[in-house]
Amino acid sequence: MDAVTLAILKGRLEQIADEMDATLFRSAFNPIIAEAHDASHGIYDAHTGETLIQGKSGLPIFVGVMAFAVQAVIQKVSSGDDLKEGDVYIFNDPYDGGTHLSDFRLVKPIFRNGAVFCYIASVGHWHDVGGNVPGNYNPKATESFQEGILIPPVKLFNEGRLNQDIVNILSANSRLPNSLYGDLNGQINALDLGEERLHSLLDEYTEEKITSALKELRERAEKMMRQHIVALPNETIAVEDYLDNDGVTDDPLTLAIDLTIKDDKMTIDFSKSSDACAGPVNISKSTTIAATYVALKHIFTDVPANAGVLKPVEFIIPEDCFLNVRAPKPVGGYTETILRLIDVIFQAFQNSASDRVNGCAYGTINALSLSGYRKNGSRWVMFSFFGGGHGGHPEGDGLNHGNAPISTATIPPLEILEAAYPIQFTQWGLRPNSGGKGKHRGGLGAIYEIELLEEEANAFLFGERGKFAPKGVIEGEEGALNQFFYGYEANDPPEKQLSPPLKSKITGIGLKRGQRVRLETPGGGGFGKSSERSLEKLNYDLEQGYVTETKDD
Amino acid sequence: MTEKIVIGVDVGGTFTDILAFEEKSGRVSVAKTPSTKKDQSKGFLEGILKTTNDLSLVSTIIHGTTVATNALLERKGAKTGIITTLGFRDVLEMRRRDRPKTWGLWGTFTPVVERKNRLEVSERTLADGTIRSPINEKEVENCAKTLLENGCSAVCLFFINGYANPENERRAAKVLRSVWPNKHVSVATEILPEIREFERCSTATLNAYLQPPVANYLGRLETRISVERKKSEILIVQSNGGVMSVETAKSLPIRTALSGPAAGVVAARQIAKAAGFENIITGDMGGTSFDISLIANNQNMLTSQANIDFGMTIRTPMIEMTTIGAGGGSIAHIDLTGLLEIGPESAGSDPGPACYGFGNDRPTVTDANLVLGRIDASNPIGGKQKSLDYDAATRAVDNHIAKKLNLSIHDAAEAIIKVANAKMSGAIRLISIERGYDPKKFALMPFGGGGALHAGALMKDIGLSASIVPRYPGVNSALGCIMSDLRHDEVRTLNISLEELDCKNLAKNIEEITVESKKVIDRSKAPLIKKERIIELDMLYLGQTHSVSVSVSDDLKKLTRQNIEKAFLKSYTRAYSRPLEGISIRILNLRVSMIGVRPDIDLFVFSKGERAEETSDCVISKQKIYSNGAWHEAKIFDRLLLPGGSIIAGPALLTQPDATIFIEPKMNAKVDSYGNIILSEEMF
Repeated sequence: MDAVTLAILKGRLEQIADEMDATLFRSAFNPIIAEAHDASHGIYDAHTGETLIQGKSGLPIFVGVMAFAVQAVIQKVSSGDDLKEGDVYIFNDPYDGGTHLSDFRLVKPIFRNGAVFCYIASVGHWHDVGGNVPGNYNPKATESFQEGILIPPVKLFNEGRLNQDIVNILSANSRLPNSLYGDLNGQINALDLGEERLHSLLDEYTEEKITSALKELRERAEKMMRQHIVALPNETIAVEDYLDNDGVTDDPLTLAIDLTIKDDKMTIDFSKSSDACAGPVNISKSTTIAATYVALKHIFTDVPANAGVLKPVEFIIPEDCFLNVRAPKPVGGYTETILRLIDVIFQAFQNSASDRVNGCAYGTINALSLSGYRKNGSRWVMFSFFGGGHGGHPEGDGLNHGNAPISTATIPPLEILEAAYPIQFTQWGLRPNSGGKGKHRGGLGAIYEIELLEEEANAFLFGERGKFAPKGVIEGEEGALNQFFYGYEANDPPEKQLSPPLKSKITGIGLKRGQRVRLETPGGGGFGKSSERSLEKLNYDLEQGYVTETKDD
Repeated sequence: MTEKIVIGVDVGGTFTDILAFEEKSGRVSVAKTPSTKKDQSKGFLEGILKTTNDLSLVSTIIHGTTVATNALLERKGAKTGIITTLGFRDVLEMRRRDRPKTWGLWGTFTPVVERKNRLEVSERTLADGTIRSPINEKEVENCAKTLLENGCSAVCLFFINGYANPENERRAAKVLRSVWPNKHVSVATEILPEIREFERCSTATLNAYLQPPVANYLGRLETRISVERKKSEILIVQSNGGVMSVETAKSLPIRTALSGPAAGVVAARQIAKAAGFENIITGDMGGTSFDISLIANNQNMLTSQANIDFGMTIRTPMIEMTTIGAGGGSIAHIDLTGLLEIGPESAGSDPGPACYGFGNDRPTVTDANLVLGRIDASNPIGGKQKSLDYDAATRAVDNHIAKKLNLSIHDAAEAIIKVANAKMSGAIRLISIERGYDPKKFALMPFGGGGALHAGALMKDIGLSASIVPRYPGVNSALGCIMSDLRHDEVRTLNISLEELDCKNLAKNIEEITVESKKVIDRSKAPLIKKERIIELDMLYLGQTHSVSVSVSDDLKKLTRQNIEKAFLKSYTRAYSRPLEGISIRILNLRVSMIGVRPDIDLFVFSKGERAEETSDCVISKQKIYSNGAWHEAKIFDRLLLPGGSIIAGPALLTQPDATIFIEPKMNAKVDSYGNIILSEEMF
């Protein structure tokens, strides 16, 4: 295919996925999709399920993982399901091409001349899908049954007819059925639009032309990735980092890789990582591969979002590893594990690609929830993820208060949270001294302090980095640890401030009116030796209060 | 006899464009003069004197300015301080917890106010408006003192939940204004009494940051003009496409952030309306970018928010514009996968395209157009140089594209244009779809120097039925200046469910805003034919975070819950196709816009002026044009001399001092009675 037509078709295809993203973001109900863009859309191969095209604005982690979801549908069809035009599958099975139960996938075949030409899919993070805790981040889960309802691939639409029974089952299993209904509708709208656009593109250019364009784009992506790998020295590097615990047993978990570069191939061997654990920080194999893709794309930012990129990468992930689990091992806290995986990959490249890496970011999603009942008996659930510092990088200090590398999420305005829930933020500020020292300092984490205005509430936290701080690269130093305090009032002395025994994870905190919780999030790791930091920058940090003379620990 | 003149002045990065309009005779004169970057008011006056030598005849000068935009982009505002609620000094720096790019974690952000100049006072208002702690006046005074000692010349006052009850902020503002030595005090709820702390704080802070430079500039301008002429009124174009008095602009400079481009879209709307086009998409092609804006049912689309740069958020009504990196100076290159890409890197206007001969040797979109014969090398637009270097353009295309793709030079140049066109048409499609419109129902209005070179291809790519090229595409913004109405926008956060809404109270609220807004409009002495009011509600379903804008009747007696619900369902369905049953509807914000309508300008005047008798009299020369892989013999016409009703079959080039129009083979152009060129594949 000529390079000009290919460039044009690439833009047209990407645009279809972008338009699906835009449709869902604007009509979704829950802020996790509408504001945090925890969703994604793409076009997938009819036979292999491989990612062909992915939207630019969706959640980065979904870029790799959606292919496995489409494969799950292909498997279902090959084992006897009758696939018809107008069918739409729905599921959230995390072991069958998923991430965690909150992420609901809709997969739709696109038919041309009576045969499946490709699939399009939509994934979005729903607000609540049952389970033991509102919002589904249950740090004490030992089986996925405690995390929420699990739906295997089933038909939501049968030849264009909605199966209302499924919507009723889903609604009955959520604490927030309205939100669920709104998000589901948004995803259906997105698929409708994607199908329409794809058909008109195919009408304009023919199936053959689009097929060969997709093939060529994959081949070019593969070639580009190989060029990046060839530029690195042949070697094997071993790196490991740790998770605080699994939320059930207070033992650290090791996330270790051996990264081997051999000519134009890369092998990532996870064999030295911990075995499957009791608590919810396990992940499935598909999630492990997808997270690796995210890390590689943060380092080699110009590689496209299609299956070709991972062709030169070989994965070794043992069956008993916590990075390759099956049902019903709990996986609700998958975000923490994949953030650590990304940190490990940054560290592995720090010497061979020192001009491309950065210090580790804050490395935890910090899912904090407060919930209770209002005087009129209605239930409220405030559930949000909180930010921290990014790592120092070759061009400068890390970004203060950034979003997690696996997402492009923004945080809801505190005024929206205060208007919606009976709480008051008493602090929403940067956390001095939290950035790792270095030639380029890590960005600062944040301090969020919340006071309860209602009679009673329950709080829980699912975080990480309470024991092992975000590392720096190229001799940059660590950022500050994650800290959480609760159960104290405005003028209480520090000894009244309680901390979770497991540091970063706790459920069932009872709060009374006037009591507070405080989250102090990690800063990013530093880049380069701190002795190389200029005097001017050191003084500026002190003058502005990013760093203070007396470091409080 | 005395002839009243209205003058539009658009100061851009490279040129200052002037359009002078004599009200009685309808005579129009156009001038372009280099912008004077150090003090824009200098080039401003020089330009005006090019169109008229008697300033005493000038009744009104309407000005689109980039002073605010440049001060923001170049971080050249005033040293500013913030006084805020205890616990929240970092709101400005923490943003909404985002990052500059999705891929790659190398972001850095330096807010316009240093951390040491962000001071806290103990005060707190809750979300329901309850004051939990009142202000301590002494504390505010001390903060002001510290900021002044630190050298701040402007200050922003911003309290959490001020939108719900501005009492604390009002009291603090009174103290602050009594001790602050100048007028540069921006109070967040006076500028934007709307929920969302970062957006409000950022908007108010940037306003404070701009107050000194914009006030100084406008002061200088007034002095320069009044030395020559005592009584001419100066009006400033806002980002919403309306104009305001100089006094208002000095206190609300943030509302001028997109002043110039907004005026261009205003002109586009009026020209299209007169020519009988209700739905158009404007495409303004400059040196570095292509700016797209949608006009549906003859209304400009407004957006409530935009980012000037990463973390520099402005929330005030603005004409919605989407900018993509595909301008005349955008550089073509081959990426690592071997694909041809255009931009985002741009040669801008300095050094500019390779054919400018100022040191850039990489091919740009303009170079490709030149190689294909779509620009007349001997008549470059803007007058910056006498002729363009055809050989330099050819070399650039050959070395960087043709050889690498194994194409002929002309096929490579055409590929550059095709990829650039695909980028522009893709953006146009996405924008229409995001707003819920079918782009096929629109006509294209290209302007800027290069827009009309691509109009035919964009029409075909998107499936548009026509393009309409205005008579002066290169000075469209200056024209828009003289067409803009006075406008003042206000917003209040309501945040209540529709069931709870007290319509009488809402009407009272609207009346109060109306009284205040009328005062702002009346600050200007410009003649008005009437005042209009637009009332809109930002509404959503309970649980959603993105609202839809719902227009409600200006007749406050019709303001009932049923009518509001009906209007909401209509807007919602248009945007998302599926309304939702059984979910409570909420009203987030009330928006009231007061418009002072200025006398219409009869666009028919553009059909006047010197014209040739016959179309054939306008042929300047002939040129070979490459299109769709073949050479075509084409005539070059003097566009401004073409008589009304002229029909020209493509391929052809129409040239004028400020723009070039390329009529593709198999496309036809017609000069309408207003002097516009209409492009179509149909026969006329």
